[in-house]
Amino acid sequence: MKNRKILAAALLGSTMLAGAAAAEVTLTIESWRNDDLTLWQDKIIPAFEAANPGIKVKFTPSAPAEYNAVLNSKLDAGSAGDLITCRPFDASLALYEAGHLADLSDLEGMSNFSDVAKSAWQNDDASATFCVPMASVIHGFIYNKDAFAELGIEAAEAAAEFFAAVEKINEDGSYIPMAMGTNDQWEAATMGYNNIGPNYWKGEEGRLALITGDQKLTDEPWVAPYRTLAKWGEYLGDGYEAQTYPDSQNLFTLGRAAIYPAGSWEITGFNAQADFEMGAFKPPVQNAGDTCYISDHTDIAIGMNAKSPNAEAAKTFLNWVGSSEFASIYANALPGFFSLSNHEVAMEDPLAQEFVSWRGECESTIRSTYQILSRGTPNLENDTWGASVAAIKGTKSPEQLGAELQTGLASWYAPQQ
Amino acid sequence: MQKPRFKWHILVFLAPAVLVYTAIMIFPLFNTLRLALFTEVEHTRVFVGLENFRTLFGDPNWSEQFWNALGNNFWFFFVHMLVQNPIGVALAAILSHPRLRFAALYRSAIFVPTILSFVIIGFAWKLILSPIWGIAPDLLQAIGLKSLYAPWLGKEEYALTTLALISVWQFVGIPLMLIYAALLSIPEEVLEAGEVDGITGAAAFWKIKLPLILPSIGIISILTFVGNFNAFDLIYAAQGALAGPDFSTDILGTFMYRTFFGFQLQLGDPHMGSAIATAMFGIILIGVCIYLFGIQTRLRRYQF
Repeated sequence: MKNRKILAAALLGSTMLAGAAAAEVTLTIESWRNDDLTLWQDKIIPAFEAANPGIKVKFTPSAPAEYNAVLNSKLDAGSAGDLITCRPFDASLALYEAGHLADLSDLEGMSNFSDVAKSAWQNDDASATFCVPMASVIHGFIYNKDAFAELGIEAAEAAAEFFAAVEKINEDGSYIPMAMGTNDQWEAATMGYNNIGPNYWKGEEGRLALITGDQKLTDEPWVAPYRTLAKWGEYLGDGYEAQTYPDSQNLFTLGRAAIYPAGSWEITGFNAQADFEMGAFKPPVQNAGDTCYISDHTDIAIGMNAKSPNAEAAKTFLNWVGSSEFASIYANALPGFFSLSNHEVAMEDPLAQEFVSWRGECESTIRSTYQILSRGTPNLENDTWGASVAAIKGTKSPEQLGAELQTGLASWYAPQQ
Repeated sequence: MQKPRFKWHILVFLAPAVLVYTAIMIFPLFNTLRLALFTEVEHTRVFVGLENFRTLFGDPNWSEQFWNALGNNFWFFFVHMLVQNPIGVALAAILSHPRLRFAALYRSAIFVPTILSFVIIGFAWKLILSPIWGIAPDLLQAIGLKSLYAPWLGKEEYALTTLALISVWQFVGIPLMLIYAALLSIPEEVLEAGEVDGITGAAAFWKIKLPLILPSIGIISILTFVGNFNAFDLIYAAQGALAGPDFSTDILGTFMYRTFFGFQLQLGDPHMGSAIATAMFGIILIGVCIYLFGIQTRLRRYQF
């Protein structure tokens, strides 16, 4: 009997000891970047844990298309992680307003970011910032250098050269001129419309004019990109209507297509898959010599779950995200995701270097539909997907598409009424 | 006279099923109906009565999508009724033929797709039909019919029918099994009596077997109806939540999902989502009632 009591006491003591040893904090990160799982596990998390003993970090991504829905459900149910990867603009703003994301305006690390970088994760009057910006992505075209050399064509600067080049590839017939499909719809809008568009609506100038109501979607700068997209259809290869996003990636990396309308986030995957040399050219300007505009889109940031029990540890992590150490690890491990911080980051990947060099030559802007304009019903971003697909397939005229989008936007957005 | 004892064991045996069913079916159903009567204004939930339904049916932004989805849903259902069920009945009639060899093998082979996940079916068929890697274009080329090939899943005019046929391929095993069971339960004496009267072969099927399996066909029709109007998985797996191209494969399930949970920049609206779910519930309820009161009561049953 006595023995048993001693045994019980010993067991109790040992469990308490184990409890004391496990007093370190574990932070869980919610993210849609399941492609980056190994990067986080092998590089980012070990670097952070080495500098901050006592804090463990777990990266738990979900599928990109489901992230918003999954995250919202988890937050409502109170089962979300401590750190939340933030989509730009309204998705995160809504989370902040619902009290799910903590206000991080006073976070020390925030001082390392410019106002433009933070703009995607602030409320409309910029009084509160709720996510630490991580990276932006730049749009452009990635091309197969070997194929271009073989056919004797150069990377295009202006629209006319671009179409001369794709026409030549088409005539030759050994490559599909451009790898893009319309099955998943978003590529047509993101890598099509918002890729080439800024050259037509003059970047920020047009984007802000649309928000203030000074320009309409029926105006020439907003319709003209659809007119250009309409010419893409014949260069996209057989059956592009049912070609999915992974299909396009594979067509390009297998060397069957010469040009890939891209976002810089493709660089890592392409480096691993393609065994030919790749180059990049920026979206062609309308006429040679025009000022160029690029979409340098604030894409990803990280914030804190307001209900996190580990707020202090989470803030330590977020401050570290603002450090030059993180910027350098992230930008080099994920070439194509460019740091938004003010730190000088040296990049080794030539393709990523090519993309980021455009920041010096061209005016930067972000995707036209992301700020404010996709708040209502019908949703302008989703409609733009459909419109871009319709333009490429030629099922509707560019003018008709502009008119439809304008009607939709004006139905709920006061400055456009 | 002793008062009959209250039969406690009935309660005990019913309780688990009733509790589980209430917790995971009845309560969520009524809560969804309730949620449809609210909306969110500045982070507080306010009661708005039938306002959400007025938006859904009155605002062209919503009603166009709703009628489009409903129309697509009916087409999806008609393809199943016109293709899946007749093929199911025909296959069952062939398989129940006493002299057919390897009947068990065929039965299993046809039934297997039914137990596969939608994700696998969607992915496999997308690959089969893919214009780039698929075997469909090559197969058609091999028999000289390449000109008939089109990127079906990417064309507005074919996509929905293609998906419906994929779904038929997946689920044809269900009517097959039900009808097969019904055919086996027809007593030999009835058929023999028919033979004595000179009704054999195909005539026996049309004049004796078919009338006897009509109740099963009725059940299959209503199962198809409910299944099709609740469908979501295959479309979502194959075409995504935006049900492209240009909403041509959008059915009520995907429309509801998109609205309820949000999509890309579109934020989720649980209240409008619930309104759509309620409309779906209403449509299915009406369909089932028409069947129960209009058709089932008129079906003649035979006792052997």
